[in-house]
Amino acid sequence: MSTHALSRTNRPRSGRSKWGFLAWALTLLFFAPVGWMFLTSLHSEADAATNPPSLTAPWTFEHYGTLLERGLAAPMINSAMAGIISTILVLLFAIPAAYALSIRPVAKWTDVMFFFLSTKFLPLIAGLLPIYLIVKEIGMLDNVWTLIVLYTAMNLPIAVWMMQSFLAEVPKEVIEAAQVDGAGLTSILVRVVGPIAVPGIAATSLICFIFSWNEFMLAVNLTAVRASTAPVFLVGFITNEGLFLARLCAAAVLVSLPVLIAGFAAQDKLVRGMSLGAVK
Amino acid sequence: MTLLIDRPEVESPPTKAMEDARRREARERRKRRIPLLPALIFVIVVTQLPFVATLVLSTLHWNVLRPGERSFAGLANYGTVFTDARLRNAVLNTVVLTVSVVLVSMLIGLVLALLLDQKFFGRGLARTLLIAPFLVMPVAAALLWKHALYNPAYGLLNGVLNAVGGWFGMTDPPQIDWISSMPMTAVVASLVWQWTPFMMLILLAGLQSQPADVLEAAQVDGASGWNTFRHLTLPHLRQYLELSILLGSIYVVQTFDAVFTITQGGPGTATTNLPYEIYQTMFRKYEYGEAAAAGVVVVIGTIVVATFALRVVSSLLREEARR
Repeated sequence: MSTHALSRTNRPRSGRSKWGFLAWALTLLFFAPVGWMFLTSLHSEADAATNPPSLTAPWTFEHYGTLLERGLAAPMINSAMAGIISTILVLLFAIPAAYALSIRPVAKWTDVMFFFLSTKFLPLIAGLLPIYLIVKEIGMLDNVWTLIVLYTAMNLPIAVWMMQSFLAEVPKEVIEAAQVDGAGLTSILVRVVGPIAVPGIAATSLICFIFSWNEFMLAVNLTAVRASTAPVFLVGFITNEGLFLARLCAAAVLVSLPVLIAGFAAQDKLVRGMSLGAVK
Repeated sequence: MTLLIDRPEVESPPTKAMEDARRREARERRKRRIPLLPALIFVIVVTQLPFVATLVLSTLHWNVLRPGERSFAGLANYGTVFTDARLRNAVLNTVVLTVSVVLVSMLIGLVLALLLDQKFFGRGLARTLLIAPFLVMPVAAALLWKHALYNPAYGLLNGVLNAVGGWFGMTDPPQIDWISSMPMTAVVASLVWQWTPFMMLILLAGLQSQPADVLEAAQVDGASGWNTFRHLTLPHLRQYLELSILLGSIYVVQTFDAVFTITQGGPGTATTNLPYEIYQTMFRKYEYGEAAAAGVVVVIGTIVVATFALRVVSSLLREEARR
């Protein structure tokens, strides 16, 4: 990075600030809807619906309070449950699999990797009908655990790919050296693999949680009142209550907040996870 | 045949020690595979079996509104799928939506990645703000675009137009109904906004993996910025561009949230893509057989595209296996 940066210092100053200006202009253009969402959520309904838009109207937090009163808490808890439990299950399945695939590669390991990847190519919608019928048959409609099982399966292939790419970074020579020194499996896992795997596990968990938290199609078709998740609640809330723009924006801010915070905290891990571990 | 007969002559007769070694090796191989099995079995049961079931359902006449009329249909549902104008329209919409979202967001993403690869004041903050659209919950983003941006009366888009028009003394600024006058563009724009940061992050990773000494050498040799980009950066980025197209397509082709929320597939069927059309066949028309057949057609189409796409990933994987 430092040599990279050094090579850039030779560029003329004026050119650099011109690019910086353009970069910031585009950044603000892209960020504007998010900023607008946040600003509108702090306005009263009357101030939110003015034309031209008002930037200076007084702030209020009343919509956030109203939302929690109108039951946004329950679907947020459902979303959190589906996201957290399915992420834990994914890790329990994915870590051993990735270990088998990367540190002690099984024969034809690329075939197994491709099988996992291929399940991501299959559009979810094409499997929805039998899933719906089976879930209905066993009486598990409108149940958070149904979503947990489905989200686990949905995220498992991605997690295996991510974890494989992280664990592949453990140099084989180091493991062999530890084996020669007489280290057992447990101490190899804890002392050699662990330190390299922990950031990978964190990144994988983050990606799986984001995908589950944001998932809509399965949730909207398989849940109703009791188990509805945040996105389902959001859509139903707008339909049932009519449009209150400021309250809608407050709801959009609230449901996006966990992912926004997590994503900002781990931006570089995000892309690697989304691209199935392929980008270093 | 000759090979089979020749084999014992090539190999020396098995001794007890060799047999033991072979058995140990087989046991070792099995042991290596055990940690893989839970994940494999779980994925097969939950994601693959439903597709087999979809295949079976696609051969049935089955409409929930006409109970007791479930019967074997053979390939009749596929006939309906291929001759149905609605479905052809949905296929077309899916292609238009996916291609335009992926290409436009990739191009803007490339521009942003190139800009963010430069050093400038507040670069880290700019990057953080830029990825926000990608992190906002897709359903929330769709609602935001529909109501807070596109709304003809008080949406931000018309609001800005009116404000700017006001500065220039326009007394009757336009009140454009974005969603009904240009529904596909409205959906595409919101998705481009959402996916551009993703493309930008992949391409930025590509740019930053470019060896600095090569760029430095080019600079010393007096190559212009454009020539460096054209002959060094672009070839290096090729793999990353392919990857972003591939992944973007996988994710965008399945778009459901935005269509469901912003346009409900309308007006008419102007923005009905395949996932939304299948959803409607299933949960609005209750034509289970037809929906299943359409699902199978989608899977086959995706497999054809994915086979080409997989070559991209396999080149990445080969590189990793070489390491």
